[in-house]
Amino acid sequence: MTDFYNLDSVLSEEERAVRDTIRAFVDEKVLPIIGDCYIEGRFPKELVPEMAKLGMFGANLPEEYGCAGLNNVAYGLIMHELERGDSGVRSFASVQGALVMYPVYAFGSEEQKRHYLPKMASGEIIGCFGLTEPDYGSNPSGMITRAREQKDGSWVINGAKMWITNGSTAQVAIIWAKTGDDKSDKSIRGFIVPTDAPGFTAKDQKGKLSLRASDTSELVLQDVKVPATALLPKTGGIKSPLMCLTQARYGIAWGAMGAAQACYEEALAYAGNRVMFGKPIGGFQLQQQRLAEMLTELVKGELLCLHLGRLKDAGTFTPQQVSLAKRNNVSAATDIAREARRLLGANGILAEYSSMRHMANLESVYTYEGTHDIHTLILGQAVTGLSAFE
Amino acid sequence: MKIAVCVKRVPDMDVRFRIGADNISVDQGGLKFDINDFDAWAVEAALQLKDKNAGSEVTVISLGPDVVQETIRKALSMGADRGIQIKADKVPFDGLAIAKALSAELKTGGYDLILFGKMSPDSSNGVVGPMAAELLGLPCVTAISSLEIANGKGTAKRELEGAQEIVEFPLPAVLTVDEGLNAARLPSLKGIMAAKKKPLQIKPALLAEPQITVRKLELPAERKAGRIVGEGAAAVPELVRLLQTEAKVL
Repeated sequence: MTDFYNLDSVLSEEERAVRDTIRAFVDEKVLPIIGDCYIEGRFPKELVPEMAKLGMFGANLPEEYGCAGLNNVAYGLIMHELERGDSGVRSFASVQGALVMYPVYAFGSEEQKRHYLPKMASGEIIGCFGLTEPDYGSNPSGMITRAREQKDGSWVINGAKMWITNGSTAQVAIIWAKTGDDKSDKSIRGFIVPTDAPGFTAKDQKGKLSLRASDTSELVLQDVKVPATALLPKTGGIKSPLMCLTQARYGIAWGAMGAAQACYEEALAYAGNRVMFGKPIGGFQLQQQRLAEMLTELVKGELLCLHLGRLKDAGTFTPQQVSLAKRNNVSAATDIAREARRLLGANGILAEYSSMRHMANLESVYTYEGTHDIHTLILGQAVTGLSAFE
Repeated sequence: MKIAVCVKRVPDMDVRFRIGADNISVDQGGLKFDINDFDAWAVEAALQLKDKNAGSEVTVISLGPDVVQETIRKALSMGADRGIQIKADKVPFDGLAIAKALSAELKTGGYDLILFGKMSPDSSNGVVGPMAAELLGLPCVTAISSLEIANGKGTAKRELEGAQEIVEFPLPAVLTVDEGLNAARLPSLKGIMAAKKKPLQIKPALLAEPQITVRKLELPAERKAGRIVGEGAAAVPELVRLLQTEAKVL
């Protein structure tokens, strides 16, 4: 257990209880299989019913919609523990909760909320989030996917989405599309699109060397017709999907520290057991420096998450504060994972250990949900008032 | 069915314990606490009976200071219905004193079944359940590893050295639970939120003067470092010689 700064003492009983449940789930159900899943390149779908039963999906949304109604610190702790298992498993829960259930909750009609949220919380309906396109990643405002309103009020959607987590697993996709002809991002709206609609295809993206225990797919929508009720009525402009991303990035800042903790603990245990030149390698200054640096970044990142969570619970956090935490924590976690892998020597390249899996996963986490570089620009703009995006 | 489960808050045993300044207790600094595993299996057994018998109620009882409320709430978050804290400044070492205080509460509850873990790993006496049964005048089956209840009668299995014993008993009865009876469910996140709203009564403990007190607590002597006498088959004669002449175990 890593709790060098006794963070437990500032968590509530309920927050600790939530963390302990997810920690036990990850120890019992995820860790024994995740190395094999990674090698086989498959998402462990069999875990979904139990994740749902424990209440992990949309856990910070209200009880009246079948969710657990937790505060945001408890939600963050869930992401932390899940990613201690694997970034792919955490990504699944992030997408289902923050990128699918959250937009239904925030932008949906009361009818949509009552219909979808309980079924999504129970895992009966799995969702994915289609924003990124092959040519529009960091610049989602440039998207070319179009939704055209028909005379009868229905919509016809055309376009392609890429790098979509859960894309081939999902029963519904939250698809973001421009509803006007202009180049501006003001006409962007969100739609709940059934993935079995005629013209909708999802294709698994092959050849990944990262997030191998996760479903990443490409979506193609060719004249996909959806009824008027598919529109999320309160969406309007690029701000709507960005609000979803803020939710997800908040969870990622916590999750990255979970992955980092797994790597640190693995490295620490290894340093105590592995004997070289007649003593445990943990007794050598070089490895102690590694461990001290890893521990320091871990503690800093966790303190950052905790404070950000308290701000979110108080309703005062800003997207820029989330950018800082996502940027710092994922970057720190990639460094911790790499140093852990190195401390493990040759054994560090085996799937039997988790550090290299986390190291490779975190390269995706570094790149998705706003790349590290884009968050740098967000922070630069926040402090100077000058945009460096274009 | 009315079922009572008595639970104890115990330290996580997977740590290196230190002895407190008073030399009779464990230094609590840095320890993590949770429900005793045996008691968690007792809670699980009660919840499984509740699932099978509609209208059942599961009451969780714990003796100790206010921190035991967290342990009670853990059981409530698993699905138990209500909790009772038998409030005492500390948990006495004397099992009889605990059993008397618990049975004073248990006899007022009209329970069909009273469950205990077979022991707690911190004091390792394993006496509270059987003593409470005696004080209540109820049949007691200890260390059960399976349980069936039907038509007002119970059947339980006990693991013996090299054999299994199947016993039958009438209700009401007191049972103590062994490893292997079940796997305790994890509290769901909704269960954790619901537990905060479930009733938790606090009653003062009627604690008799303890008849057994701890006089001294000490750690086992440090083991001497081992010695490697050689490697492979070539080392065997030397090893045998040392085991005969030095360790004198052969």
